[in-house]
Amino acid sequence: MTGYIPGFDANLALDAILLVMLVVIVAAIAATHRMLSAVILMGLYSLVSAVWLVVMDAADVAFTEAVVGAGVSTIVLLGAILLTRGAAAKVSGRRRFLPAVLALGVGAILIYATLDLPDFGDPASPANAYVGRAYLEATGNDMGIPNVVTAVLSSYRGFDTLGETVVIFAAAIGVAIMLGFGERAMADRTIEPLAGGPADHHVVLRVAAKLLIPIIALYAFYVQFHGDLGPGGGFQAGVILAVAVILHALVFGLKDTMAAVKPKFARGVAALGVLLYAGIGVTCIVNGGGFLDYDHLFPRHIEAQIPDWILGPADPAHPHHWGQHFGIMAIELGVLFTVAATMVTIFYGFAGRSMEAPQPGAPRSGAA
Amino acid sequence: MSAVLTHFNYVAVIVLMMGGLYILLSTGNLVRRMIGLAIFQTSTGLFYISLGKVSGGTAAITLDAVSAEGQALAARAGAEQVARYGVEGVIYSNPLPHVLILTAIVVGVATLAVGLAIAVRLREAYGTIETDEIQALDRVLTAAGQVEPAP
Repeated sequence: MTGYIPGFDANLALDAILLVMLVVIVAAIAATHRMLSAVILMGLYSLVSAVWLVVMDAADVAFTEAVVGAGVSTIVLLGAILLTRGAAAKVSGRRRFLPAVLALGVGAILIYATLDLPDFGDPASPANAYVGRAYLEATGNDMGIPNVVTAVLSSYRGFDTLGETVVIFAAAIGVAIMLGFGERAMADRTIEPLAGGPADHHVVLRVAAKLLIPIIALYAFYVQFHGDLGPGGGFQAGVILAVAVILHALVFGLKDTMAAVKPKFARGVAALGVLLYAGIGVTCIVNGGGFLDYDHLFPRHIEAQIPDWILGPADPAHPHHWGQHFGIMAIELGVLFTVAATMVTIFYGFAGRSMEAPQPGAPRSGAA
Repeated sequence: MSAVLTHFNYVAVIVLMMGGLYILLSTGNLVRRMIGLAIFQTSTGLFYISLGKVSGGTAAITLDAVSAEGQALAARAGAEQVARYGVEGVIYSNPLPHVLILTAIVVGVATLAVGLAIAVRLREAYGTIETDEIQALDRVLTAAGQVEPAP
Protein backbone atom coordinates (compact mmCIF):
# COMPACT_ATOMS: atom_id res chain seq x y z
CA MET A 1 0.00 0.00 0.00
CA THR A 2 1.38 3.32 -1.00
CA GLY A 3 -1.56 5.44 0.05
CA TYR A 4 -1.86 6.63 -3.51
CA ILE A 5 -5.27 8.22 -4.14
CA PRO A 6 -6.25 8.85 -7.75
CA GLY A 7 -8.09 12.04 -8.53
CA PHE A 8 -11.72 11.55 -9.46
CA ASP A 9 -12.05 12.72 -13.03
CA ALA A 10 -14.12 12.05 -16.14
CA ASN A 11 -11.99 9.03 -17.02
CA LEU A 12 -12.67 7.36 -13.71
CA ALA A 13 -16.41 8.12 -13.97
CA LEU A 14 -16.50 6.60 -17.46
CA ASP A 15 -14.56 3.60 -16.16
CA ALA A 16 -17.14 3.03 -13.40
CA ILE A 17 -20.15 3.48 -15.70
CA LEU A 18 -18.80 1.03 -18.30
CA LEU A 19 -17.94 -1.58 -15.67
CA VAL A 20 -21.46 -1.36 -14.24
CA MET A 21 -22.82 -1.79 -17.77
CA LEU A 22 -20.68 -4.91 -18.19
CA VAL A 23 -21.98 -6.35 -14.92
CA VAL A 24 -25.58 -5.70 -16.02
CA ILE A 25 -24.94 -7.40 -19.39
CA VAL A 26 -23.44 -10.47 -17.70
CA ALA A 27 -26.42 -10.61 -15.34
CA ALA A 28 -28.74 -10.45 -18.36
CA ILE A 29 -26.83 -13.33 -20.02
CA ALA A 30 -27.16 -15.36 -16.82
CA ALA A 31 -30.89 -14.63 -16.65
CA THR A 32 -31.90 -15.33 -20.25
CA HIS A 33 -32.87 -18.80 -21.46
CA ARG A 34 -32.85 -17.92 -25.14
CA MET A 35 -29.58 -18.83 -26.80
CA LEU A 36 -29.92 -16.12 -29.45
CA SER A 37 -30.31 -13.41 -26.78
CA ALA A 38 -27.29 -14.76 -24.94
CA VAL A 39 -25.16 -14.63 -28.09
CA ILE A 40 -26.23 -11.09 -29.02
CA LEU A 41 -25.62 -9.94 -25.43
CA MET A 42 -22.19 -11.56 -25.64
CA GLY A 43 -21.43 -9.39 -28.68
CA LEU A 44 -22.62 -6.35 -26.74
CA TYR A 45 -20.40 -7.36 -23.82
CA SER A 46 -17.39 -7.39 -26.15
CA LEU A 47 -18.28 -4.01 -27.65
CA VAL A 48 -18.72 -2.34 -24.25
CA SER A 49 -15.49 -3.87 -22.96
CA ALA A 50 -13.72 -2.54 -26.09
CA VAL A 51 -14.89 0.97 -25.16
CA TRP A 52 -13.73 0.37 -21.58
CA LEU A 53 -10.31 -0.74 -22.87
CA VAL A 54 -9.92 2.59 -24.67
CA VAL A 55 -10.57 4.36 -21.36
CA MET A 56 -7.87 2.13 -19.84
CA ASP A 57 -5.35 3.34 -22.52
CA ALA A 58 -5.24 -0.13 -24.04
CA ALA A 59 -5.91 1.01 -27.61
CA ASP A 60 -4.46 -2.09 -29.29
CA VAL A 61 -6.43 -4.44 -27.05
CA ALA A 62 -9.63 -2.45 -27.61
CA PHE A 63 -9.14 -2.78 -31.35
CA THR A 64 -8.66 -6.53 -31.03
CA GLU A 65 -11.65 -6.97 -28.72
CA ALA A 66 -13.89 -4.98 -31.08
CA VAL A 67 -13.02 -7.00 -34.18
CA VAL A 68 -12.56 -10.40 -32.52
CA GLY A 69 -15.05 -10.33 -29.65
CA ALA A 70 -17.87 -8.35 -31.22
CA GLY A 71 -17.21 -9.57 -34.75
CA VAL A 72 -15.83 -13.03 -35.28
CA SER A 73 -16.78 -14.73 -32.01
CA THR A 74 -20.41 -13.57 -32.43
CA ILE A 75 -20.45 -15.07 -35.93
CA VAL A 76 -18.95 -18.36 -34.69
CA LEU A 77 -21.44 -18.51 -31.80
CA LEU A 78 -24.34 -17.80 -34.18
CA GLY A 79 -23.10 -20.62 -36.42
CA ALA A 80 -22.92 -22.93 -33.41
CA ILE A 81 -26.46 -22.20 -32.17
CA LEU A 82 -27.74 -22.64 -35.71
CA LEU A 83 -26.13 -26.08 -35.86
CA THR A 84 -27.39 -27.05 -32.39
CA ARG A 85 -30.85 -25.48 -32.68
CA GLY A 86 -33.80 -27.13 -31.05
CA ALA A 87 -31.74 -28.05 -28.01
CA ALA A 88 -33.26 -25.63 -25.50
CA ALA A 89 -31.45 -25.08 -22.23
CA LYS A 90 -33.24 -26.43 -19.19
CA VAL A 91 -32.12 -25.20 -15.79
CA SER A 92 -33.18 -27.03 -12.64
CA GLY A 93 -33.13 -25.55 -9.14
CA ARG A 94 -30.24 -27.74 -8.09
CA ARG A 95 -28.30 -26.58 -11.12
CA ARG A 96 -28.71 -22.98 -9.94
CA PHE A 97 -28.09 -23.28 -6.22
CA LEU A 98 -24.67 -24.94 -6.03
CA PRO A 99 -22.99 -22.82 -8.71
CA ALA A 100 -24.39 -19.66 -7.08
CA VAL A 101 -22.91 -20.64 -3.70
CA LEU A 102 -19.61 -21.54 -5.34
CA ALA A 103 -19.44 -18.30 -7.33
CA LEU A 104 -20.29 -16.20 -4.28
CA GLY A 105 -17.74 -18.02 -2.14
CA VAL A 106 -14.90 -17.82 -4.65
CA GLY A 107 -15.83 -14.19 -5.39
CA ALA A 108 -15.70 -13.27 -1.71
CA ILE A 109 -12.26 -14.85 -1.32
CA LEU A 110 -10.96 -13.08 -4.43
CA ILE A 111 -12.36 -9.72 -3.31
CA TYR A 112 -10.69 -10.25 0.07
CA ALA A 113 -7.45 -10.93 -1.80
CA THR A 114 -7.71 -7.64 -3.73
CA LEU A 115 -7.03 -5.79 -0.46
CA ASP A 116 -3.37 -6.73 -0.95
CA LEU A 117 -3.29 -5.39 -4.51
CA PRO A 118 -1.75 -2.01 -5.31
CA ASP A 119 -4.23 0.83 -5.72
CA PHE A 120 -5.86 1.27 -9.10
CA GLY A 121 -3.79 3.55 -11.33
CA ASP A 122 -0.77 3.56 -9.01
CA PRO A 123 2.30 4.41 -11.13
CA ALA A 124 4.63 3.07 -8.41
CA SER A 125 3.08 -0.42 -8.24
CA PRO A 126 5.58 -3.23 -8.90
CA ALA A 127 3.98 -4.15 -12.22
CA ASN A 128 4.06 -0.61 -13.56
CA ALA A 129 7.32 0.65 -12.08
CA TYR A 130 9.82 -1.98 -13.23
CA VAL A 131 9.15 -4.28 -16.19
CA GLY A 132 6.57 -2.13 -17.96
CA ARG A 133 8.67 0.99 -17.52
CA ALA A 134 11.80 -0.78 -18.74
CA TYR A 135 10.10 -1.57 -22.07
CA LEU A 136 8.88 2.01 -22.39
CA GLU A 137 12.38 3.37 -21.82
CA ALA A 138 14.22 0.92 -24.06
CA THR A 139 11.96 0.74 -27.13
CA GLY A 140 13.02 4.09 -28.60
CA ASN A 141 16.71 3.16 -28.61
CA ASP A 142 16.33 -0.54 -29.44
CA MET A 143 13.85 -0.29 -32.28
CA GLY A 144 12.90 3.29 -32.99
CA ILE A 145 9.18 2.59 -33.39
CA PRO A 146 6.55 4.55 -31.45
CA ASN A 147 4.05 1.80 -30.60
CA VAL A 148 5.59 0.04 -27.59
CA VAL A 149 2.85 -2.62 -27.60
CA THR A 150 3.85 -3.66 -31.14
CA ALA A 151 7.52 -3.58 -30.16
CA VAL A 152 7.00 -5.91 -27.19
CA LEU A 153 4.59 -8.13 -29.09
CA SER A 154 6.63 -8.71 -32.19
CA SER A 155 10.23 -8.17 -31.17
CA TYR A 156 11.00 -8.41 -27.45
CA ARG A 157 8.52 -11.22 -26.98
CA GLY A 158 8.40 -12.39 -30.58
CA PHE A 159 8.89 -15.99 -29.53
CA ASP A 160 5.69 -15.93 -27.43
CA THR A 161 3.78 -14.44 -30.33
CA LEU A 162 5.09 -17.18 -32.61
CA GLY A 163 3.67 -19.68 -30.11
CA GLU A 164 0.32 -17.90 -30.17
CA THR A 165 0.27 -17.87 -33.96
CA VAL A 166 0.87 -21.62 -33.91
CA VAL A 167 -1.99 -22.05 -31.40
CA ILE A 168 -4.33 -20.20 -33.76
CA PHE A 169 -3.14 -22.36 -36.65
CA ALA A 170 -3.75 -25.46 -34.53
CA ALA A 171 -7.29 -24.23 -33.80
CA ALA A 172 -7.94 -23.97 -37.54
CA ILE A 173 -6.75 -27.55 -37.96
CA GLY A 174 -8.91 -28.68 -35.02
CA VAL A 175 -12.08 -27.08 -36.38
CA ALA A 176 -11.35 -28.38 -39.88
CA ILE A 177 -10.85 -31.93 -38.60
CA MET A 178 -14.15 -31.85 -36.72
CA LEU A 179 -16.35 -29.87 -39.11
CA GLY A 180 -14.51 -30.18 -42.42
CA PHE A 181 -13.42 -27.38 -44.70
CA GLY A 182 -16.96 -26.84 -45.93
CA GLU A 183 -15.94 -28.32 -49.26
CA ARG A 184 -18.93 -30.63 -49.33
CA ALA A 185 -21.17 -27.55 -49.34
CA MET A 186 -19.25 -26.29 -52.35
CA ALA A 187 -19.61 -29.57 -54.22
CA ASP A 188 -23.35 -29.77 -53.48
CA ARG A 189 -25.07 -28.89 -56.75
CA THR A 190 -28.50 -28.52 -55.15
CA ILE A 191 -27.49 -25.19 -53.58
CA GLU A 192 -28.36 -22.38 -55.96
CA PRO A 193 -26.31 -19.19 -55.91
CA LEU A 194 -28.27 -16.45 -54.17
CA ALA A 195 -27.68 -13.64 -56.65
CA GLY A 196 -30.17 -13.44 -59.49
CA GLY A 197 -32.25 -16.36 -58.23
CA PRO A 198 -35.94 -16.19 -57.32
CA ALA A 199 -35.06 -15.80 -53.63
CA ASP A 200 -32.97 -12.70 -54.30
CA HIS A 201 -34.49 -9.93 -52.20
CA HIS A 202 -31.23 -8.30 -51.26
CA VAL A 203 -30.22 -6.11 -54.17
CA VAL A 204 -29.53 -3.09 -51.97
CA LEU A 205 -27.54 -5.21 -49.56
CA ARG A 206 -25.47 -6.64 -52.39
CA VAL A 207 -24.69 -3.26 -53.92
CA ALA A 208 -23.71 -1.85 -50.52
CA ALA A 209 -21.59 -4.90 -49.73
CA LYS A 210 -19.82 -4.67 -53.09
CA LEU A 211 -18.78 -1.13 -52.18
CA LEU A 212 -17.85 -2.01 -48.61
CA ILE A 213 -15.78 -5.16 -49.11
CA PRO A 214 -12.83 -3.50 -50.92
CA ILE A 215 -12.81 -0.69 -48.36
CA ILE A 216 -12.76 -3.18 -45.47
CA ALA A 217 -9.89 -5.07 -47.12
CA LEU A 218 -7.99 -1.83 -47.74
CA TYR A 219 -8.53 -0.81 -44.12
CA ALA A 220 -7.10 -4.15 -43.02
CA PHE A 221 -3.87 -3.35 -44.84
CA TYR A 222 -3.78 0.14 -43.36
CA VAL A 223 -4.11 -1.39 -39.88
CA GLN A 224 -1.42 -3.90 -40.82
CA PHE A 225 1.24 -1.47 -42.03
CA HIS A 226 0.38 1.27 -39.56
CA GLY A 227 0.84 -1.11 -36.62
CA ASP A 228 4.30 0.28 -35.80
CA LEU A 229 3.00 3.82 -35.49
CA GLY A 230 -0.49 3.49 -34.03
CA PRO A 231 -2.86 0.85 -32.69
CA GLY A 232 -3.03 -2.15 -34.95
CA GLY A 233 -0.94 -4.99 -36.30
CA GLY A 234 -1.24 -8.44 -37.76
CA PHE A 235 -3.84 -9.81 -35.35
CA GLN A 236 -6.34 -7.01 -35.87
CA ALA A 237 -5.68 -6.71 -39.60
CA GLY A 238 -6.03 -10.46 -40.07
CA VAL A 239 -9.44 -10.49 -38.44
CA ILE A 240 -10.61 -7.45 -40.43
CA LEU A 241 -9.50 -9.11 -43.68
CA ALA A 242 -11.39 -12.26 -42.68
CA VAL A 243 -14.47 -10.15 -41.93
CA ALA A 244 -14.40 -8.87 -45.53
CA VAL A 245 -14.56 -12.49 -46.74
CA ILE A 246 -17.26 -13.41 -44.21
CA LEU A 247 -19.38 -10.40 -45.26
CA HIS A 248 -19.11 -11.60 -48.85
CA ALA A 249 -20.30 -15.04 -47.80
CA LEU A 250 -23.24 -13.62 -45.82
CA VAL A 251 -24.46 -11.49 -48.70
CA PHE A 252 -23.54 -13.49 -51.82
CA GLY A 253 -23.82 -16.99 -50.38
CA LEU A 254 -21.14 -19.40 -49.24
CA LYS A 255 -20.75 -21.04 -52.63
CA ASP A 256 -19.74 -17.86 -54.44
CA THR A 257 -17.28 -16.97 -51.67
CA MET A 258 -15.73 -20.42 -51.75
CA ALA A 259 -15.24 -20.05 -55.48
CA ALA A 260 -13.44 -16.73 -54.90
CA VAL A 261 -11.45 -17.65 -51.78
CA LYS A 262 -11.01 -21.40 -52.01
CA PRO A 263 -10.85 -23.40 -48.76
CA LYS A 264 -7.67 -24.99 -50.12
CA PHE A 265 -6.18 -21.52 -50.58
CA ALA A 266 -7.18 -20.46 -47.06
CA ARG A 267 -5.54 -23.43 -45.37
CA GLY A 268 -2.42 -22.95 -47.49
CA VAL A 269 -2.15 -19.33 -46.44
CA ALA A 270 -2.62 -20.28 -42.76
CA ALA A 271 0.39 -22.60 -43.00
CA LEU A 272 2.36 -20.05 -45.01
CA GLY A 273 1.93 -17.44 -42.24
CA VAL A 274 3.49 -19.69 -39.59
CA LEU A 275 6.23 -20.66 -42.05
CA LEU A 276 7.02 -17.01 -42.82
CA TYR A 277 7.16 -16.14 -39.10
CA ALA A 278 9.43 -19.05 -38.19
CA GLY A 279 11.45 -18.53 -41.38
CA ILE A 280 12.33 -14.98 -40.31
CA GLY A 281 13.54 -16.44 -37.02
CA VAL A 282 15.74 -18.96 -38.79
CA THR A 283 17.08 -16.26 -41.14
CA CYS A 284 18.28 -14.36 -38.07
CA ILE A 285 20.16 -17.47 -36.88
CA VAL A 286 21.74 -17.97 -40.31
CA ASN A 287 23.00 -14.38 -40.25
CA GLY A 288 24.67 -14.79 -36.88
CA GLY A 289 22.02 -13.77 -34.33
CA GLY A 290 19.60 -15.64 -32.09
CA PHE A 291 16.17 -16.94 -33.10
CA LEU A 292 13.98 -13.92 -34.03
CA ASP A 293 16.84 -11.49 -33.22
CA TYR A 294 15.92 -9.02 -35.95
CA ASP A 295 19.11 -6.99 -35.54
CA HIS A 296 20.76 -9.83 -37.44
CA LEU A 297 18.01 -10.17 -40.06
CA PHE A 298 20.25 -8.77 -42.82
CA PRO A 299 23.94 -9.50 -43.28
CA ARG A 300 25.92 -6.32 -42.52
CA HIS A 301 26.91 -5.59 -46.13
CA ILE A 302 23.30 -5.77 -47.29
CA GLU A 303 22.04 -3.62 -44.44
CA ALA A 304 24.52 -0.91 -45.47
CA GLN A 305 22.95 -0.84 -48.95
CA ILE A 306 19.42 0.00 -47.72
CA PRO A 307 18.73 3.58 -48.84
CA ASP A 308 17.95 6.08 -46.10
CA TRP A 309 15.02 7.68 -47.93
CA ILE A 310 12.71 4.82 -46.92
CA LEU A 311 12.47 6.20 -43.40
CA GLY A 312 13.95 9.67 -43.91
CA PRO A 313 17.47 10.75 -42.96
CA ALA A 314 18.96 9.13 -39.86
CA ASP A 315 20.52 11.22 -37.13
CA PRO A 316 23.67 9.84 -35.46
CA ALA A 317 22.02 9.50 -32.04
CA HIS A 318 19.16 7.41 -33.39
CA PRO A 319 20.35 5.17 -36.23
CA HIS A 320 17.79 3.31 -38.29
CA HIS A 321 17.13 -0.20 -37.03
CA TRP A 322 16.55 -1.74 -40.43
CA GLY A 323 16.51 -5.30 -39.16
CA GLN A 324 13.91 -4.42 -36.53
CA HIS A 325 11.71 -2.50 -39.00
CA PHE A 326 11.72 -5.17 -41.68
CA GLY A 327 11.67 -8.06 -39.21
CA ILE A 328 8.59 -6.71 -37.41
CA MET A 329 6.89 -6.00 -40.73
CA ALA A 330 7.59 -9.52 -41.99
CA ILE A 331 6.44 -11.38 -38.89
CA GLU A 332 3.32 -9.18 -38.65
CA LEU A 333 2.62 -10.23 -42.23
CA GLY A 334 2.97 -13.85 -41.13
CA VAL A 335 0.50 -13.18 -38.29
CA LEU A 336 -1.88 -11.51 -40.77
CA PHE A 337 -1.78 -14.54 -43.10
CA THR A 338 -2.35 -17.07 -40.34
CA VAL A 339 -5.06 -15.13 -38.48
CA ALA A 340 -7.04 -14.17 -41.60
CA ALA A 341 -6.85 -17.66 -43.10
CA THR A 342 -7.71 -19.30 -39.76
CA MET A 343 -10.80 -17.14 -39.24
CA VAL A 344 -11.95 -17.86 -42.81
CA THR A 345 -11.31 -21.60 -42.35
CA ILE A 346 -13.25 -21.66 -39.08
CA PHE A 347 -16.12 -19.77 -40.73
CA TYR A 348 -16.13 -22.18 -43.69
CA GLY A 349 -16.19 -25.09 -41.25
CA PHE A 350 -19.26 -23.82 -39.39
CA ALA A 351 -21.08 -22.35 -42.41
CA GLY A 352 -20.38 -25.34 -44.65
CA ARG A 353 -21.67 -27.69 -41.98
CA SER A 354 -25.01 -25.90 -41.60
CA MET A 355 -26.04 -26.93 -45.12
CA GLU A 356 -25.70 -30.62 -44.34
CA ALA A 357 -26.81 -30.48 -40.70
CA PRO A 358 -29.44 -33.01 -39.65
CA GLN A 359 -32.88 -31.55 -39.12
CA PRO A 360 -33.90 -30.92 -35.50
CA GLY A 361 -35.90 -33.76 -34.03
CA ALA A 362 -34.08 -36.33 -36.13
CA PRO A 363 -31.21 -37.42 -33.89
CA ARG A 364 -28.82 -40.00 -35.21
CA SER A 365 -27.96 -41.27 -31.77
CA GLY A 366 -29.28 -44.80 -32.26
CA ALA A 367 -27.09 -45.34 -35.26
CA ALA A 368 -24.00 -45.89 -33.12
CA MET B 1 -14.26 6.20 0.45
CA SER B 2 -10.77 6.04 -0.94
CA ALA B 3 -10.58 2.25 -0.56
CA VAL B 4 -13.82 1.95 -2.55
CA LEU B 5 -12.42 4.19 -5.24
CA THR B 6 -9.02 2.53 -5.48
CA HIS B 7 -10.32 -1.05 -5.57
CA PHE B 8 -13.59 -0.61 -7.44
CA ASN B 9 -12.15 -1.93 -10.70
CA TYR B 10 -10.86 -5.13 -9.15
CA VAL B 11 -14.16 -5.85 -7.43
CA ALA B 12 -16.18 -5.17 -10.58
CA VAL B 13 -13.92 -7.44 -12.64
CA ILE B 14 -14.22 -10.21 -10.04
CA VAL B 15 -18.03 -9.88 -10.18
CA LEU B 16 -17.83 -10.31 -13.97
CA MET B 17 -15.54 -13.30 -13.56
CA MET B 18 -17.89 -14.97 -11.09
CA GLY B 19 -20.83 -14.19 -13.40
CA GLY B 20 -18.99 -16.16 -16.07
CA LEU B 21 -18.30 -18.99 -13.64
CA TYR B 22 -21.98 -19.10 -12.63
CA ILE B 23 -23.14 -19.21 -16.28
CA LEU B 24 -20.59 -21.95 -16.93
CA LEU B 25 -21.66 -24.15 -14.02
CA SER B 26 -25.40 -23.48 -13.87
CA THR B 27 -26.17 -25.11 -17.21
CA GLY B 28 -25.61 -28.39 -18.98
CA ASN B 29 -25.98 -26.73 -22.39
CA LEU B 30 -22.52 -26.88 -23.96
CA VAL B 31 -22.86 -23.70 -26.06
CA ARG B 32 -24.01 -21.78 -22.99
CA ARG B 33 -21.04 -23.19 -21.12
CA MET B 34 -18.72 -21.85 -23.81
CA ILE B 35 -20.32 -18.41 -23.42
CA GLY B 36 -19.67 -18.56 -19.66
CA LEU B 37 -16.10 -19.64 -20.29
CA ALA B 38 -15.62 -16.77 -22.76
CA ILE B 39 -16.89 -14.25 -20.18
CA PHE B 40 -14.58 -15.71 -17.54
CA GLN B 41 -11.66 -15.52 -19.96
CA THR B 42 -12.22 -11.94 -21.13
CA SER B 43 -12.83 -10.67 -17.60
CA THR B 44 -9.45 -12.11 -16.56
CA GLY B 45 -8.05 -9.93 -19.33
CA LEU B 46 -9.89 -6.90 -17.96
CA PHE B 47 -8.23 -7.57 -14.59
CA TYR B 48 -4.76 -7.49 -16.16
CA ILE B 49 -5.57 -4.26 -17.99
CA SER B 50 -6.85 -2.70 -14.74
CA LEU B 51 -3.53 -3.47 -13.07
CA GLY B 52 -1.60 -1.89 -15.96
CA LYS B 53 -3.48 1.42 -15.90
CA VAL B 54 -1.44 4.39 -14.70
CA SER B 55 -3.31 7.47 -13.50
CA GLY B 56 -2.78 10.42 -15.80
CA GLY B 57 -1.14 8.12 -18.31
CA THR B 58 -1.83 7.62 -21.98
CA ALA B 59 -1.68 4.73 -24.45
CA ALA B 60 1.83 3.32 -24.85
CA ILE B 61 2.49 4.94 -28.21
CA THR B 62 5.38 7.32 -27.67
CA LEU B 63 4.68 10.97 -28.33
CA ASP B 64 6.74 14.12 -28.05
CA ALA B 65 6.61 15.82 -24.64
CA VAL B 66 6.74 19.24 -26.35
CA SER B 67 3.80 18.50 -28.69
CA ALA B 68 0.40 19.99 -27.85
CA GLU B 69 -0.89 16.56 -26.81
CA GLY B 70 2.10 15.91 -24.58
CA GLN B 71 1.75 19.33 -22.95
CA ALA B 72 -1.96 18.78 -22.25
CA LEU B 73 -1.24 15.39 -20.66
CA ALA B 74 1.54 16.86 -18.52
CA ALA B 75 -0.70 19.71 -17.37
CA ARG B 76 -3.36 17.21 -16.28
CA ALA B 77 -0.99 14.90 -14.44
CA GLY B 78 1.03 17.65 -12.75
CA ALA B 79 4.74 18.42 -13.10
CA GLU B 80 5.77 16.45 -10.02
CA GLN B 81 4.07 13.24 -11.23
CA VAL B 82 5.58 13.60 -14.70
CA ALA B 83 9.06 14.09 -13.26
CA ARG B 84 8.73 10.97 -11.10
CA TYR B 85 6.88 8.54 -13.33
CA GLY B 86 7.18 9.90 -16.87
CA VAL B 87 9.39 8.48 -19.59
CA GLU B 88 10.95 11.43 -21.45
CA GLY B 89 8.29 13.75 -20.08
CA VAL B 90 5.15 11.69 -20.74
CA ILE B 91 3.38 9.21 -18.45
CA TYR B 92 2.30 6.01 -20.21
CA SER B 93 0.16 3.11 -19.07
CA ASN B 94 1.95 -0.21 -18.73
CA PRO B 95 2.18 -1.81 -22.22
CA LEU B 96 3.03 -5.30 -20.99
CA PRO B 97 -0.49 -6.41 -19.90
CA HIS B 98 -1.80 -5.03 -23.21
CA VAL B 99 0.50 -7.35 -25.15
CA LEU B 100 -0.48 -10.38 -23.08
CA ILE B 101 -4.22 -9.75 -23.35
CA LEU B 102 -4.17 -8.80 -27.03
CA THR B 103 -2.87 -12.22 -28.00
CA ALA B 104 -5.04 -13.93 -25.36
CA ILE B 105 -8.18 -12.50 -27.00
CA VAL B 106 -7.28 -13.88 -30.42
CA VAL B 107 -6.28 -17.25 -28.96
CA GLY B 108 -9.54 -17.11 -26.96
CA VAL B 109 -11.71 -16.90 -30.06
CA ALA B 110 -9.72 -19.73 -31.67
CA THR B 111 -10.27 -22.02 -28.67
CA LEU B 112 -13.93 -20.92 -28.51
CA ALA B 113 -14.32 -22.09 -32.10
CA VAL B 114 -12.75 -25.47 -31.28
CA GLY B 115 -15.06 -25.90 -28.26
CA LEU B 116 -18.11 -25.02 -30.30
CA ALA B 117 -17.03 -27.42 -33.05
CA ILE B 118 -16.94 -30.20 -30.44
CA ALA B 119 -20.45 -29.19 -29.31
CA VAL B 120 -21.68 -29.34 -32.93
CA ARG B 121 -20.23 -32.83 -33.38
CA LEU B 122 -21.82 -34.00 -30.12
CA ARG B 123 -25.15 -32.66 -31.32
CA GLU B 124 -24.79 -34.64 -34.53
CA ALA B 125 -23.91 -37.81 -32.68
CA TYR B 126 -26.40 -37.57 -29.78
CA GLY B 127 -29.08 -35.16 -30.99
CA THR B 128 -28.55 -32.98 -27.92
CA ILE B 129 -25.94 -30.74 -26.34
CA GLU B 130 -27.19 -31.17 -22.76
CA THR B 131 -24.51 -32.98 -20.74
CA ASP B 132 -27.15 -34.78 -18.62
CA GLU B 133 -28.90 -36.21 -21.68
CA ILE B 134 -25.60 -37.19 -23.30
CA GLN B 135 -24.60 -39.09 -20.15
CA ALA B 136 -28.02 -40.74 -19.91
CA LEU B 137 -27.80 -41.82 -23.55
CA ASP B 138 -24.32 -43.20 -22.93
CA ARG B 139 -25.63 -45.27 -19.99
CA VAL B 140 -28.51 -46.65 -22.05
CA LEU B 141 -26.24 -47.51 -24.96
CA THR B 142 -23.65 -49.11 -22.65
CA ALA B 143 -26.34 -51.21 -20.98
CA ALA B 144 -27.59 -52.32 -24.39
CA GLY B 145 -24.04 -53.36 -25.27
CA GLN B 146 -23.89 -51.01 -28.24
CA VAL B 147 -20.86 -49.05 -27.05
CA GLU B 148 -17.84 -49.96 -24.95
CA PRO B 149 -18.13 -48.80 -21.31
CA ALA B 150 -16.06 -45.71 -20.50
CA PRO B 151 -12.77 -46.55 -18.71
